Amino acid sequence: MFKQVTEIDKNALEAIVGKQWVSFKDEIHPDYTHDEMTQYGCYEPELVILPGCTKEVSKILSYCNENHICVTVRGAGTGLCGGCVAIEGGVVMSMMRMNRILEIDENTMTCTLEPGVLLMEIIEAASERNLLYAPDPGEKSASVGGNIQTNAGGMRAVKYGVTRDYVKGLEIVLADGTILNLNGKTSKNSSGYSLKDLIIGSEGTLAVVTKIIMKLLPKPKMMTSLLIPFDELKKALEFVVKVMQLPEVATTIEFMEKEVIQDAQDYLGKDFPNKEYNAYLIVSYSGNSTKSMETMIEDCAELALKEGAIDVFISDTEERQSSIWDARGAFLEAIKNSTSQMDECDVVVNIDKVAEFCQFSKELSARENIRIRSFGHAGDGNLHIYVLKDDLNEEEWQRKVKICMDELYAEAIRLKGQVSGEHGIGHAKVEYLKDSLEDRQIDIMKGIKAVFDPNGILNPGKVIK
Amino acid sequence: MNIVVCIKQVPATQKVNVDPVTGVLKRDGVETKLNPYDCYAMETALHIQKKTKAKIHVITMGPNSAVDVLKEGFSLGAEEGWLLTDRKFAGADVLATSYAIASGIRQIKDVDLIICGKQTTDGDTAQVGPEIAEVLNIPHISWVQELVDVDDKGLTVRQDLSELDMIATLPYPCLITVEKGIFQPNLPSYRKKKAAKDYPIHFLTADQCEGLDQKRIGLSGSPTQVERIFTPEHDVKTMKLEGTGSEMARQVVKLLRDEKILEAGE
Repeated sequence: MFKQVTEIDKNALEAIVGKQWVSFKDEIHPDYTHDEMTQYGCYEPELVILPGCTKEVSKILSYCNENHICVTVRGAGTGLCGGCVAIEGGVVMSMMRMNRILEIDENTMTCTLEPGVLLMEIIEAASERNLLYAPDPGEKSASVGGNIQTNAGGMRAVKYGVTRDYVKGLEIVLADGTILNLNGKTSKNSSGYSLKDLIIGSEGTLAVVTKIIMKLLPKPKMMTSLLIPFDELKKALEFVVKVMQLPEVATTIEFMEKEVIQDAQDYLGKDFPNKEYNAYLIVSYSGNSTKSMETMIEDCAELALKEGAIDVFISDTEERQSSIWDARGAFLEAIKNSTSQMDECDVVVNIDKVAEFCQFSKELSARENIRIRSFGHAGDGNLHIYVLKDDLNEEEWQRKVKICMDELYAEAIRLKGQVSGEHGIGHAKVEYLKDSLEDRQIDIMKGIKAVFDPNGILNPGKVIK
Repeated sequence: MNIVVCIKQVPATQKVNVDPVTGVLKRDGVETKLNPYDCYAMETALHIQKKTKAKIHVITMGPNSAVDVLKEGFSLGAEEGWLLTDRKFAGADVLATSYAIASGIRQIKDVDLIICGKQTTDGDTAQVGPEIAEVLNIPHISWVQELVDVDDKGLTVRQDLSELDMIATLPYPCLITVEKGIFQPNLPSYRKKKAAKDYPIHFLTADQCEGLDQKRIGLSGSPTQVERIFTPEHDVKTMKLEGTGSEMARQVVKLLRDEKILEAGE
């Protein structure tokens, strides 16, 4: 059990950051009680604090560690597994005041960021210099600190990889207040265990990230997307395996079905350019010359037609890109909007198993008589499956959603997949992670946690219990 | 029935330089695309085609490379292309352009309907469509927002006149210019692009346009004197306010008062 936050603690913490950056008990804004998935419960922290610099973070953690007060670190609150929610009460430390882009270094092709910088701000700053911030999680109002803590993925992972692949260095603060610098701008590092990589994806359970050095790439001059309709999803997903074998790697390969497109149209009040067919892929290519782009498009289009695609539609202008990507970007909100409540799973399987997994979720939907929607990153096997409550009563919903989630995760594991591709574990998926890993792996994780945070004050109840 | 869709190749970017001497856009070497408004015109033609089985032609004026935009028209569903290409057409203002395109359309037999996008994104004048109709002496409606009805005799359309909507029925031959949003344009189809390899493209010089008055084309047929062409400046300044919610609100009020947007005490 952790110590409750008292008036004395409040005063001590106010002395570190200034009174205006602390809210206590009743003053706390309800937004701090949840992330994007309120169905995993709302939990009230006892105190919310916004540090302005690394030294303040260090002092806050040092105080809380000595007084055995638990600390949940929080970014923009756009998570989907309750990772930034204070399920044990205590202090929520919001990093959103530390929101400066400290440097864009064109010589080393890096940017140095505070954790509260939003993804959209990094993309814009890089783009102004003709540089690309390659990780591409869908939620652009997420903070980079949150992206690091969940190892966020996104749509361009097929070609560029995920957040982890771009983190060059981190400044972190340990639970006892120690400030550490892990790696820097260097491109290689074989100097001992990679502590930096342990922090990435640790969801605030090991340390607080206070500074981030990210790799940037030259921005490709051109991007074209192909919208490829199929008469059935299975055929579309089987094509994905073939398209990955083409000489040029696609930037993005997304799948979607007619029903989700309809949800997005209803939500946005804007028509999708083509909606006659049952299943679609969006395959994108980026490059630097018209000729190379034409070759990539032709190779993919010819293969698609050979593999049973109905047609291949070419999206090669800003307006056309926006007509398909606006809809794709709105899928999550659109599905949310179409029902009373939902639960989601973010499993990842090998790309040649995506069709099998989607077929399983369709059969599950029919068997349990519950609406299940899915879309996702077909090119990297990361699927977003949503089980929807619609007009089920609470008891029936709880019963059915439990059956569906248990079965979906079990199927992912059977197919040698993982519980989470990019959203993380938070507190909502802890049991599923435990079931999916060997006991020895969980023990090692617990050992790592104990070394970083002996008193267990950092984000208790998350990832592993 | 024949529908002609007027299309234009425009710069794909806003970063286009202007010749300081002639005031003409320097288009060489700039990536181009189909004028976005013309996509709505094409989609309107396709909807009309579904009901009338009309044949869709695309016409444009420009250098030989403008043939690409006609091919894009094919990948959207057109079956025949017409390219007005001649040095004599160069330097045309909207009046000379309209006259040249109208002369080109006269070369196509039995045209019932001409559809243009509301405007182009490079010139932004929205005048060429209606002027083509004037040259051809046929009825026209601009800014069509909805296709209410269509058959092989004519069409009924709704036009947005800002304060009011007008619904009008036009007999063929006629011309409409369509607003963004009349239909969601489909994307170019790779299958159609492949199928269009042998579709005819007619290259028309000024001499080949029967009945064309050469004094009315090109620079000499253009009464417009362009003083200066420039890309509108997007000089949006941002500032960051810091502090608590109420502190920042006070700062916003002060700024609005300083800019005389709010009166003191308001």
